[in-house]
Amino acid sequence: MREGCALVTGSSRGIGAATARALAGEGWPVGVNYHSGEDAANEVVGEIEAAGGKAVALQGDVADPATPDALLSALKEHFGPVLVLVNNAGVAADALTPQIDDEAWAKVIDTNLSGAFRLIRRAISPMMRARFGRVINIASVVGLRGNPGQANYAASKAGLIAVTRTVAAEVARRKVTVNAVAPGFVSTDLTADLGDEAIKAVPLRRAGTPEEVAACVRFLASEEAAYVTGTTLTVDGGMTA
Amino acid sequence: MAATVTREQISERITEALVELGAEKDEIKPEAEFEALDLDSLDLVELAQIVEEEWGVEITAKDMETMKTVGQALDVVEQRAS
Repeated sequence: MREGCALVTGSSRGIGAATARALAGEGWPVGVNYHSGEDAANEVVGEIEAAGGKAVALQGDVADPATPDALLSALKEHFGPVLVLVNNAGVAADALTPQIDDEAWAKVIDTNLSGAFRLIRRAISPMMRARFGRVINIASVVGLRGNPGQANYAASKAGLIAVTRTVAAEVARRKVTVNAVAPGFVSTDLTADLGDEAIKAVPLRRAGTPEEVAACVRFLASEEAAYVTGTTLTVDGGMTA
Repeated sequence: MAATVTREQISERITEALVELGAEKDEIKPEAEFEALDLDSLDLVELAQIVEEEWGVEITAKDMETMKTVGQALDVVEQRAS
């Protein structure tokens, strides 16, 4: 096992929590980052520890430019350098375009895109020096296709996919891979109000589970995925097929 | 810390780093251009990381535009580390 750890942003619940558990199951000590769900994050840490893994809960709003350094420095103290970074923290502020004000635009871009970029910028150097690294950005099928009512969210996720491709090409020679996972409908708090109508657009006729997304992240973080970089893996029950 | 760093020490560490990045040791001279040493922009970014770790000297993307030779890199680091 390599000496280092994984950081999963926004991992107190949903896809992030499932990913933190999955990476811990592979032997990575995990930083369980949360913004406001302290109890839930501690619960995830407790579950990982009960299963024999290592984890620590770390508060931090990824939209704050000071957060990347705080998180990576704290994790270095606990478990060593971050060699697996999962940019999962995300927010939505849905409205049709005429009703998206500057605040709703900036909030979504700052968290989903700028926050992820700053974390990558801070984490990539130690990965390059280690000649190993895995960055996995949680995008969305909305970033590939567009979705009415989500101009800000779609822009942030499309941007994240573009960052993924670009950084992947920049750092490949240092054996650092950068990939995106684009979930479709997944049963999380963020999609709780989606009805049966939405499910009809999914060939599999059901929502995915956080664990099904986490399994793809686990693969992309593995040694076996060394030749996979710059790609976006859709996990959407065939919705974009 | 920084005040006691000599050009010789900087040169020694930078040479070591450049060899690690794939340059031939015999070819590393102050007048040698990074391009001729087969070092590209990603290598220079990594050199900048090493320089920052060692001496806390920050080399920006703008600095790199004008830093074409080993000697120019030494000048920048020596100037800022002292």
